[in-house]
Amino acid sequence: MAQGTLVASRESHARGWRGIGWGFVVKLVLMAVVNALGVAAILAAWQAESWVVLGAMAALLAVADGVYFSRRALPLKYLLPGLAFLAVFQVFVLGYTAYVAFTNYGTGHAGSMGQAVEAALIQDERRDPDSPTYPLAIVERDGELGLAIVDADGDVRAGTATSPLETVGGASLGSSGAPETVPGWTVVPRADVLTDSALQEEIAALRVAVSVDPEDGSVRTREGSTGAVYTSSLAWDEQSQTFTDAETGTVYEPSDDGRFVAADGSALPTGWYVGVGFDNFVRAVTDARLAGPLLQVTLWTFAFAILTVLTSFGLGLLFAIIYNDPRVRGRKVLRTLMILPYAFPAFMSALLWRGMLNSEFGVVNDLFFFGAEINWLGDPVLAKLAVLWVNLWLSYPYWFLVCTGALQALPADTLEAATIDGAGRWRRFRSIVLPLLLVSTAPLAISSFAFNFNNFTIIYMLSGGGPAFVGNSGLGATDILISAIYQISGVSGGAADYGLASALSIVVFVVIGVISALAFRQTRKLEEFQ
Amino acid sequence: MSTVTSPSTSSAPGRRPARRSRWWAEVGWKYPVAVVVLVYATFPLLYIVSASLNPRGSLAGSSALFSAVSADNYAALGDTRFWTWMGNTVYVGGAAAIGAVLMGAAAAYAFSRFRFRGRRVGLTSLLVIQMFPQTVAFVAVFLLLLALGEVVPALGINSRIALICVYLGGALGANTFLMYGFFNSIPVELDESAKIDGASHAQIFWRIVMPLVTPVLAVVALLAFISAFGDFILARIVLTSEENWTLAVGMYQWVSNQLTSRWGIFAAGSVLASIPVLALFLSLQRYIVGGLTAGSVKG
Repeated sequence: MAQGTLVASRESHARGWRGIGWGFVVKLVLMAVVNALGVAAILAAWQAESWVVLGAMAALLAVADGVYFSRRALPLKYLLPGLAFLAVFQVFVLGYTAYVAFTNYGTGHAGSMGQAVEAALIQDERRDPDSPTYPLAIVERDGELGLAIVDADGDVRAGTATSPLETVGGASLGSSGAPETVPGWTVVPRADVLTDSALQEEIAALRVAVSVDPEDGSVRTREGSTGAVYTSSLAWDEQSQTFTDAETGTVYEPSDDGRFVAADGSALPTGWYVGVGFDNFVRAVTDARLAGPLLQVTLWTFAFAILTVLTSFGLGLLFAIIYNDPRVRGRKVLRTLMILPYAFPAFMSALLWRGMLNSEFGVVNDLFFFGAEINWLGDPVLAKLAVLWVNLWLSYPYWFLVCTGALQALPADTLEAATIDGAGRWRRFRSIVLPLLLVSTAPLAISSFAFNFNNFTIIYMLSGGGPAFVGNSGLGATDILISAIYQISGVSGGAADYGLASALSIVVFVVIGVISALAFRQTRKLEEFQ
Repeated sequence: MSTVTSPSTSSAPGRRPARRSRWWAEVGWKYPVAVVVLVYATFPLLYIVSASLNPRGSLAGSSALFSAVSADNYAALGDTRFWTWMGNTVYVGGAAAIGAVLMGAAAAYAFSRFRFRGRRVGLTSLLVIQMFPQTVAFVAVFLLLLALGEVVPALGINSRIALICVYLGGALGANTFLMYGFFNSIPVELDESAKIDGASHAQIFWRIVMPLVTPVLAVVALLAFISAFGDFILARIVLTSEENWTLAVGMYQWVSNQLTSRWGIFAAGSVLASIPVLALFLSLQRYIVGGLTAGSVKG
């Protein structure tokens, strides 16, 4: 009581002014950094004329400032950083996948119509018959290659692939008439150009626009000492949105599928992307080149995921039952050694087995098959077996751990009662152990199925999807859907078909969605957070 | 267990063999089986250690285990980009792990301690979103980074920061539930008494809750690190130049083209890279299994 009165006599310390505090200073500094970065990004987006990015950045920044400088929205203060990343790199990405699935985005349709027009003007360039040749030197600035020419007036002009030619004052000419020193640029010595073949290729591909207008053409060089102006024979008519070929008089008009098509059916190589509705989905099942392989891939994806779960669950459970016996000595050591495959990084395991299963030098053939040359990864059936075998090696320890835990949590009295009632080992397992075990492991089996359904690493690293199917689909006997998508998308090079790849991603999402919905009903995880 | 048999075998001479045969039937056979299991489990790992020590360095002739021992392959790693990739992996994985822990912990704190409108909906949608893995949407990730890179190069293709951001995009979904459950097990009374003593919500979060949940933080960090360490598809797409690669991308490149000749280097690299992961995994095993069964699954 005495204490109570003592406290009451003072002013409540909750009311006491204790300064703004370190927390506030830290917050202020962090927000200053966030705002600075955000504004810089917004300005950069403005420069790049990337309006969607600009809008998203501005919105994110406004929300961040609003949340952290208001006294309300307390939970949001904790949720915002994670939500921001989630929104951009997961939710948006999922939505964008759905959008791309309905377009013909890919090689030949890689940008907007404006970009396609510019690309068409560039690609069609040929040497201007009236153009004189200019003495030229290869120059470099900030690691970017450029060209410096001496034009008809004797002025030195230099530029790069991204910046058009500009007159440079104070340059000096060498004995050959080409620029020898160019202020602000490093002249690449002629000897380097002659000896370095990679540099030569780069130079041959280099084009420097004469001016900001693409129709003026650009300077190119074949051998690195003289340059000529190349112009496009195509003329772009802004009004009618058509190209006219100056030489042949052919008129190219934009078509519905995002290309410039002439009356005779010929088209310019570059197009832009347009919505194509369900074309990609239809193509996946009707295109003769794709439909067969894709059907096989889909069936194998299910088989692979289901068989992996069944085999690894079975083996893990078997080991768990065998070694969940207190009478076995050294169980701890045993357990640790048994789960080693699980702790070993999966991509390395796949590469390791790829070497071990090598038909010529692999240790599996050498030691266990007496040096026979069994082509494990080259035969469709053997390759599938090999993939399942390796994935079993990788995954059974997980189930061993899970089942060991679940077995130890089984009610001992129920088992005892069954024993007294005369139930044998098998009867106890079938009627008590397994049903109880399945209750706790079924949700895990479902998520393991979903994981293996998309287990890109093991397939790509171990077999690369091969051996390839007959035909030119680019797919192979062990390809699962996600590795097929990777192949089709062309993100790693080759012809890209983002539209079709995204459409297949959507199919995968639908499968996962259905499975997850089942899992939802199984686990009723939602009931946990009231 | 079956006590019925013991009285009948009480006579001294018959007892021992009977006991022994029962021991064999119930326990003894498990030891030979264990040997088979261990061969299956550990042979590939023994083999890779042996190959890493084999000075010939090629797949041919690496079958005889531990026939020759030298550190040549390990020394040869110095001539490759291995250590650069190792650094990149630690950088990307470490940043992704720290980010995942901070974001996940903050979100779990909010869901566990505050009652606000949209809380239930938020948790449900997180649960739903996390079921759709980013890896399947890699085409869109690629296109998004292409577009972002034109504005901010640091967020574009071939940037490690961009890759970290992509990983962080999945941080909330994958980890919130794991942490949420753990946060709920910390009594709210602690927060309340601190609040009465005048602590702000930030002080409660950093000084009271966070120290109590360190075990789950460590597990989430390790899981996030391991998943970044093992990710191939996103890293392969985002990181295009050799000096930015992570181990998964770089080591794949080693053996995909010249599998048989660079085998020794690959073996040495994988031994070096996996030992820290193995050690961490085994030492945190108990917690990790709990975490795995609660949330994500590797295989």
